[in-house]
Amino acid sequence: MRSTILAGALLAFATATGVHAQAIKLANVAELSGGGATVGTNWKNGIDLAIEEINAKGGVLGRKLEVSHADSQSNPGVARAQVQKALDAEPYVLLGPGYSGSVKVTAPLAAEAGIAQIMGGEAAELTQAGNKFLFRTSFGQQSSMPKVAKYIHDDMKAKTVAVVWVNNDFGRGGRDMVTKELERLGSKVVADLSTEAGQADFAADVGKIKAANPDAVFVYLNEEESARILKELKRQGVTAPLMGETTLIGQKVIELAGDAANGARGHVGLTTDAPVDLVKQFREKFSKKYNYVPDHNGLKGYLAVYMVKATTEKMGKVDPKKFADTLHGLTIMAADEPGILMDVTFSDTGDIDRQSFLVEVVEGKQVVKQVLPKVK
Amino acid sequence: MSNLFDLLVAGLATGAIYALVAVGFTLLWQTSQTINFAQGEFVMLPAFLMLAAMHAGAPFWLAIILGMLLSMILLGLGFKLLLVDPMMRHGVLPLAIATMALAIGIKEAVKQFFSAEASPFPSIVPTGDVSILGHAVSLQSIGVLVVAILAVVGLTTLLNRTSLGHQMQAAAQNPTVARIIGVPVERMILLTFLINAVLVALASLLITPIYLAKFSSGEVLGQAAFIAAIVGGFNQVRGAIAGGLLIGVLDNLAASYVSTQYRAAVPLIFLIVVILFRPQGLLGRAEERTV
Repeated sequence: MRSTILAGALLAFATATGVHAQAIKLANVAELSGGGATVGTNWKNGIDLAIEEINAKGGVLGRKLEVSHADSQSNPGVARAQVQKALDAEPYVLLGPGYSGSVKVTAPLAAEAGIAQIMGGEAAELTQAGNKFLFRTSFGQQSSMPKVAKYIHDDMKAKTVAVVWVNNDFGRGGRDMVTKELERLGSKVVADLSTEAGQADFAADVGKIKAANPDAVFVYLNEEESARILKELKRQGVTAPLMGETTLIGQKVIELAGDAANGARGHVGLTTDAPVDLVKQFREKFSKKYNYVPDHNGLKGYLAVYMVKATTEKMGKVDPKKFADTLHGLTIMAADEPGILMDVTFSDTGDIDRQSFLVEVVEGKQVVKQVLPKVK
Repeated sequence: MSNLFDLLVAGLATGAIYALVAVGFTLLWQTSQTINFAQGEFVMLPAFLMLAAMHAGAPFWLAIILGMLLSMILLGLGFKLLLVDPMMRHGVLPLAIATMALAIGIKEAVKQFFSAEASPFPSIVPTGDVSILGHAVSLQSIGVLVVAILAVVGLTTLLNRTSLGHQMQAAAQNPTVARIIGVPVERMILLTFLINAVLVALASLLITPIYLAKFSSGEVLGQAAFIAAIVGGFNQVRGAIAGGLLIGVLDNLAASYVSTQYRAAVPLIFLIVVILFRPQGLLGRAEERTV
């Protein structure tokens, strides 16, 4: 009898220990191939680095983190199928995708499953649809575009602007926001150029920019296309100052465009060149592990995992149903959770408030020209 | 007007690259009835071979030579011996389908062994402008045009002015008679595959600095060159050259004066018009053999 009780107790202990030690499962769906491969690969590597760090320090509430990676092929249809598959495995939190179009079609699935989705998309509309489970890792266009338009109008003194945008949810959202703001401030959009995702030849588009002869050019394309148009702008001798967002002056764009990226300016919510010690440390760790300097998507992926850690530790338990509620309105201080890199506050809509930067590419490097403080 | 001049120059530069690739299409068709749907991927691969050589420590000039040699071995000799020869006896269609499979295989292999991400590629032409008729024209556009024109002139000289070229034409036009008069037909066919490999490697060298090295970059090129070859005349080298230049210019004009969204449709519409009214192509000659 005693041996039976002992065996039962041992079994119960083993089971309890097993449950306790069971890993927290995260699911990542990202652009690992196709036009967004730069975005997805950086995002994935950032996630892997954060998980490796957290697990090396004992995990979250004593449990290790585990992540599954699925490739959306930069295609919203594939992203939706991959997210459905990931949700069927009942992850704690869904990470990704990075493309706004893919986020748009997958967010309803995660919301229906009651699983929080931490994503990389920046289109303004994503967090304006009343989805209570969707969270950003970077600024939405409604936060960044007014700053961009103000810089073009006030600092660049541009009375006429050419706007080049990629014809997808991300590009259209940015174009609508920046055009509205530019017109409000009194700068005239003299060329409104829509381009296609994956476009290889920008000779005709740059020809139109030359013909419009604007005071400044606002470029809002994905990374590879940004590099191609920068090369073409240089090739055709366009000298008007270039302004963009993170996707114009990211590390990958600088690497691909070479000299042609010099002089381009942009507003960035996240940059590995930020004058912030924790960001510099992140850059060093990432570069050491992957042998290249990450762009902002690497930072986003890294932050997404630390958002999971900080929120879970705030709850004191692993509860997927309460995760979203806890993250709404939460302020995470870098002093308490160094992995979050900079103090950040999440709004009730899943948008973020954090300091941001105005940078210029000088001799192949991002140089921070201004630091814009956190709003609240 | 300035815009039109810029568009024409940019279109001719792109078109010259299409022409190189399209000439390869026509050469393979004429000598071995091979329609190579992997021709775009054949343009993409040499850039990665050159990049691999540079990563291994070779200087750019050596990487170009190694890339050209490897292209001749893989995309010329290997392609002929391992795919075309075994499939050819089953007819044109199975071979065409096999080249489609090859295109997928090359793309996935590059994605697997290199990266799905784009990589920068150095240009053989320095950046900068020169003034032509009062217009600033980039050295890169001029360089691309000059190299492509030299390649085409060299090829046409080889085909029309040398004994080797005459033997190649004889082997292409009537292999049975060519054999009777002592032309080594098999060797001539192999030579066209090697020439095609050099042409695609050259196109790769010229286009990749602009389009970036990426596993999927051959898709657009292959399609454009295929259209160019049909528009110009699939059985004439000069037709492929004209078709390439025409499609390059048309594509740029369409992007500027129609819309970016419909730019890809304009060359296709042009292709349909050509097929309806001049099925042998603009400079092609009518022949009874069907594709």
